[in-house]
Amino acid sequence: MSIKLEHLNYVYSAGTAYEKQALKDVCLEIPHGEFVGIIGHTGSGKSTLIQHLNGLVKATSGALYYDGKNIYEPGYNMRELRNQVGLVFQYPEHQLFEVDVMSDVCFGPKNQGLNPDQCMECALEALKLVGLKEKYYNSSPFELSGGQKRRVAIAGVLAMHPKVLVLDEPTAGLDPKGRDDILDQIAYLHTQRDMTVILVSHSMEDIARYADRIIVMNKGEVMYNDCPRKVFEHYRELEQVGLAAPQVTYIMHDLKEQGFAVEPNVTTVEEAAAQIKKALEKRK
Amino acid sequence: MDMVQTDNLIFEYEKRDEEGNVTGTYRAIDGVNINAREGQFIAILGHNGSGKSTLAKHMNAILVPTGGTMWVSGWNTKEPEHLWDVRQSAGMVFQNPDNQIIGTVVEEDVGFGPENLGVPTDEIWTRVEESLKAVGMLEYRHHSPNKLSGGQKQRVAIAGVVAMEPKCIVLDEPTAMLDPVGRKEVLKTVQKLRKEKHVTVILITHYMEEVIDADQIYVMDHGHVVMQGTPKKIFSQVDKLKEYRLDVPQVTLLADTLRKQGVDIPEGILRKEELVEALCRLN
Amino acid sequence: MIRDITIGQYYPAKSVVHRLDPRVKLICTLLYLISLFLFSSIPGYLVATVFLICVIHISKVPFSYIVKGLKPVIMLLMITVLFNLFLTRQGDVLFHAWIFTITEGGLRTAVYMAIRLVYLIIGSSLMTFTTTPNELTDGIEAVLHPLNKIHVPVHEIAMMMSIALRFIPILLEETDKIMKAQLARGADFESGNILQRAKSMVPILVPLFVSAFRRANDLAMAMEARCYRGGDGRTKMKPLRYKSRDYAAYIIVIAYVVAVVAIGRGVQLHIWVF
Repeated sequence: MSIKLEHLNYVYSAGTAYEKQALKDVCLEIPHGEFVGIIGHTGSGKSTLIQHLNGLVKATSGALYYDGKNIYEPGYNMRELRNQVGLVFQYPEHQLFEVDVMSDVCFGPKNQGLNPDQCMECALEALKLVGLKEKYYNSSPFELSGGQKRRVAIAGVLAMHPKVLVLDEPTAGLDPKGRDDILDQIAYLHTQRDMTVILVSHSMEDIARYADRIIVMNKGEVMYNDCPRKVFEHYRELEQVGLAAPQVTYIMHDLKEQGFAVEPNVTTVEEAAAQIKKALEKRK
Repeated sequence: MDMVQTDNLIFEYEKRDEEGNVTGTYRAIDGVNINAREGQFIAILGHNGSGKSTLAKHMNAILVPTGGTMWVSGWNTKEPEHLWDVRQSAGMVFQNPDNQIIGTVVEEDVGFGPENLGVPTDEIWTRVEESLKAVGMLEYRHHSPNKLSGGQKQRVAIAGVVAMEPKCIVLDEPTAMLDPVGRKEVLKTVQKLRKEKHVTVILITHYMEEVIDADQIYVMDHGHVVMQGTPKKIFSQVDKLKEYRLDVPQVTLLADTLRKQGVDIPEGILRKEELVEALCRLN
Repeated sequence: MIRDITIGQYYPAKSVVHRLDPRVKLICTLLYLISLFLFSSIPGYLVATVFLICVIHISKVPFSYIVKGLKPVIMLLMITVLFNLFLTRQGDVLFHAWIFTITEGGLRTAVYMAIRLVYLIIGSSLMTFTTTPNELTDGIEAVLHPLNKIHVPVHEIAMMMSIALRFIPILLEETDKIMKAQLARGADFESGNILQRAKSMVPILVPLFVSAFRRANDLAMAMEARCYRGGDGRTKMKPLRYKSRDYAAYIIVIAYVVAVVAIGRGVQLHIWVF
């Protein structure tokens, strides 16, 4: 179930005064089972990019292959693509509409044409996956707390059994514990359910911790596309486009400047701690 | 008396069933005592639902206590005759940048507060100009707020409060919906205002990096103040913070991890420079 | 898409029209609209067209922007034209098939009606393009002020209008987002009969209403926090004062109305005589 983008371009309001090229010659390949992080500051084209992945936005030119098939070929089954590539928008709780949690999560499976029993089954499974307590299944989604609503909304997408899960800043507005919970849940889905995960985030620390690979978007173009360690080597360039490396990367660089025998390209606290200890022990 | 002061503040919501009958009460704030002296930078931390936003709304008399007292600039917020004095003294910036901008042009929005206060026209213009300059948005004065970035919108909202010449600015999660660039913009603006206009700043947030310069931090949980002290003191208790669904800046976490592994560095490290310095001493 | 709707949206530019007193723009627009119904002849429309082109040119609002504003009302326009075309029976029959008959009079009325409607929409949207909602509010408040005496809450009405205008683009964008989110969950807005389609709008409308109420709630709080307490005791950042250009605008528009009605009717009278 790989996704492959070839020379993808997207132009907004073509032919008017507001014309803007949101994506420029984007070439990417996302193999099945990868955890990909996408970063880029507001307006860099990352939201437009992910809306291409399930065909919500159609590229002006270029090709997008899902599982080897070009989705822009006439007669391509877009609905099937949307069943396979689940997209969780930013603040997904704003799309909840049903009278109770259960019915809302059933909305996706129902649209897939499943019968009510099957819908219930999918919904139950999805709600368990996001860790929502059973006592809330029959309450109105509008009575839940922010974090719980977000879980329900994510369950609404998971209930459709997507093979690829795309999330646009799933932790925005949550408190630290809420952020960690959601991200751990996503990491669980990735490893235990064999899902491809594409995570858009502003938090370099989170991306560094979870992603196998980072795609950096800038002005509609792919700026970097590499493993976290390699991407954050370019921390100075990242800063110039309104991004940054995780705080630990800076600390390690400073330490190295001060003569510490550390490898500066680490991206997580655990790695950093190990490096520092090693360096200190060597001294003794 | 302090700029903001509370005495055993209590706020209870009434829970109602579908017919509107009261079925019980819920204490969103339960016996809170805080105080902010003039010119101080006070931070209030807490997870979602800990009562911190409810507390913020008391500082502007949007909510009035059901028990205890809150004074803002010496006025008791419960006294209706001082309602407008309270609101003028403690300006408020909210979380969602879109939902607090009233004007369709930046400068008109900044003028909204002074208009409400009955400030003479000429002075409104000076105030609008000065406030927009103070937040660095003067060149956008004729723009539509819808075309601005999140950080810029929040700066306009701050200018709108500054134009009312408050003694104290209460910011209720002003950066929760912004990207890192926007967050930095807003925080820099707030710090600049604090230096130039000597306003008291009360920042409610759950981004730990934003509060390391605070004079005093209050941590809230279930309507109570559960921790209180300087950033150094608060952030040296990493595990306790985690219990309250919070975390610490990555530097502090790294320092704490190293300490736990037996590296001899001091507690409560907040900045990367401090950590590098402490480690260099060992090297 | 949906956010392309430009009708009623302020277009920032520096022009004389933008700087005019909103009261002038309101009253002049009203005069202009009335004048459109006081004549129906080609010379009259020529004068009206020239005048409209001049005003658009002076206003510095791009023509394409104005045309875009017409898009949402095209259906309404077509229906009016068709009704006039087929239901007016006057003069020679130009075309006849089954129950449809087009007469010369019908064609003329339809064309005139279409022009009138287009000019009417352009004229009134030109006012909103060049007037910020706040100014518009002030203008309406001032023009309607006498109604205060009969207990019409003029200030409140004006304030509500201005807020509605500010939130239109935000809610449109939100609608777009919710639609996409539901599409991603497999929703189908395009197939089925009218009833099914109406039903398929529920997943869009409910979140939209919830969001609108949440925004309204937030906004009310933000307004109160900034000491809003109704119109009493409020001062104005931009108080309305007539300047010489405003008097000039009044004179020009009144002159135009007199001219267009005279030419529009006079020429018609002329033909009548012959």
